[in-house]
Amino acid sequence: MPITEIVFYMFSLVLVAAAVAVITVRNPVNAALFLVLAFFSSAAIWMLLEVEFLAIILILVYVGAVMVLFLFVIMMLDINLAPMQEGFINYLPVGITVAVVMALELMVVVWSKGRFDETAFPVPPPHPDTYSNTKALGELLFTNYLLAFELAGVILLVAIIAAIALTHRQRTGSKRQNPSMQVRVQRDERVRLVKMDPEPRQGSQ
Amino acid sequence: MPETWLDHLIYMVILLLKIIAVVVPLILAVAYYTYMERKVIGYMQVRRGPNRIGPLGLFQPFADVFKLLLKEIVMPENANKFLFVLAPVLSMAPAFAAWVVVPFNDWMVIADIDAGLLYILAMSSLGVYGLIIAGWASNSKYAFLGALRSSAQMVSYEIAMGFALIGVLIMAGSLNLSEIVRAQQGGLLDWFWFPLLPLFVIYVISGVAETNRAPFDVAEGESEIVAGFHVEYAGAAFAVFFLAEYANMILISALTAILFTGGWLSPFEGIPVIGDTILGQGSIFWFLAKTVFFMYLFLWWRATFPRYRYDQIMRLGWKVLVPITMVWVLVAACFSVFGLVVRGS
Repeated sequence: MPITEIVFYMFSLVLVAAAVAVITVRNPVNAALFLVLAFFSSAAIWMLLEVEFLAIILILVYVGAVMVLFLFVIMMLDINLAPMQEGFINYLPVGITVAVVMALELMVVVWSKGRFDETAFPVPPPHPDTYSNTKALGELLFTNYLLAFELAGVILLVAIIAAIALTHRQRTGSKRQNPSMQVRVQRDERVRLVKMDPEPRQGSQ
Repeated sequence: MPETWLDHLIYMVILLLKIIAVVVPLILAVAYYTYMERKVIGYMQVRRGPNRIGPLGLFQPFADVFKLLLKEIVMPENANKFLFVLAPVLSMAPAFAAWVVVPFNDWMVIADIDAGLLYILAMSSLGVYGLIIAGWASNSKYAFLGALRSSAQMVSYEIAMGFALIGVLIMAGSLNLSEIVRAQQGGLLDWFWFPLLPLFVIYVISGVAETNRAPFDVAEGESEIVAGFHVEYAGAAFAVFFLAEYANMILISALTAILFTGGWLSPFEGIPVIGDTILGQGSIFWFLAKTVFFMYLFLWWRATFPRYRYDQIMRLGWKVLVPITMVWVLVAACFSVFGLVVRGS
């Protein structure tokens, strides 16, 4: 067995185990951390496909930014687990239906002849040593798919602005500072020197 | 690509030796960085610093290490045991892993990969997990506050840092760290610190904020939250956090040297007489000299500046640094497009 296959199965095993753990562990913080592990393993598998750019981006964006904010929120929530498990029986039929549909869809993909198997998607030949995934991706994005790429950028920008506009509220009663005024403040505005004669001490002679 | 098992084995052993050749000097550098910190701050405050153990106190770091290793590790009563132990490891591993793409000179680099800079960004964004998990697993309010502060701070300054790096990318036209250094060839004013001066300053500032060092060390904030995220840690576990923090500082210094001040290139390159001697040649010596200079800046600032208030840190990051970097990325693009700064000239 070539070493890449051993590495692949190793990371796949970790990936599947971590993904199962995400939905089975009780503690939400542990679940989020297992999700991080799952992202990491899938990044390693992408690395085996010689797509180092996407693999590192996966770690950078999902593990480094998204999951940090996730953990941040989860840790601050005071989650009481008991009421969350109350509706388990009620939701069970819906859950089972969704699971069965997804399983069927997966089976169609796995067992269909000629459309999704190795003949349709053969193992890609290894790239030459000079191949740079970063460069290849950049060339495609900025030539053939420039319009789609820029459209995606605009949509993301709109989403960012919309998210800010939707959640931003002017809070009443918050005290705010004006740093430039703080810097420009003069001594005379804060300190008043008072000239007064010394008073005789009380009760002393 | 090696084919037989023996080839694999030899390849792995050589790789392992290379890693050891980087990690062991790095750990020694961390040990002597703590010594340097105490000496430098000592002299700045008209004290002598450590001077009892060995000549000039040179064995002080080892005494510290043995003290920490021999201390008992106290486990808080209701702490999450597994995560509590995992956290220091998680904060140390990325700090060391990032070194794999750092080029020490023209050929001395473990992995000369094309996505090098992205890899560095990814690794430095992972360091925050150690802090968050440590703060949460300790089951202590001080530790948790420290973890929240530092994670919000690190996520914020990562943006300014990322934009500063984009400026470098535009000028260098590559994500490969060795290529970025080669693009700065030509002498002092061809290094990127000059055309990208605002980005250089911002990168260094956000580097200090990323490593949670003074004046941005609210994550520890002794006077407010005791010691922040590692308040419950003692002994060896604490030592590992310490190791990670200093390794990160050295990493940021090395990256500043590579990205903005020409890595292994000599400052005398192109100057008539001295440029023709050995001083004009690029070598690992120059890289280390630059790194040590930036390491010194960390200590200098710690001894100089008072700690920022938390809202001031956020304001500086989001309302001052990020807009400046955005503008200068545009300026850098103009430099590049109109050929005002030519790569590797």
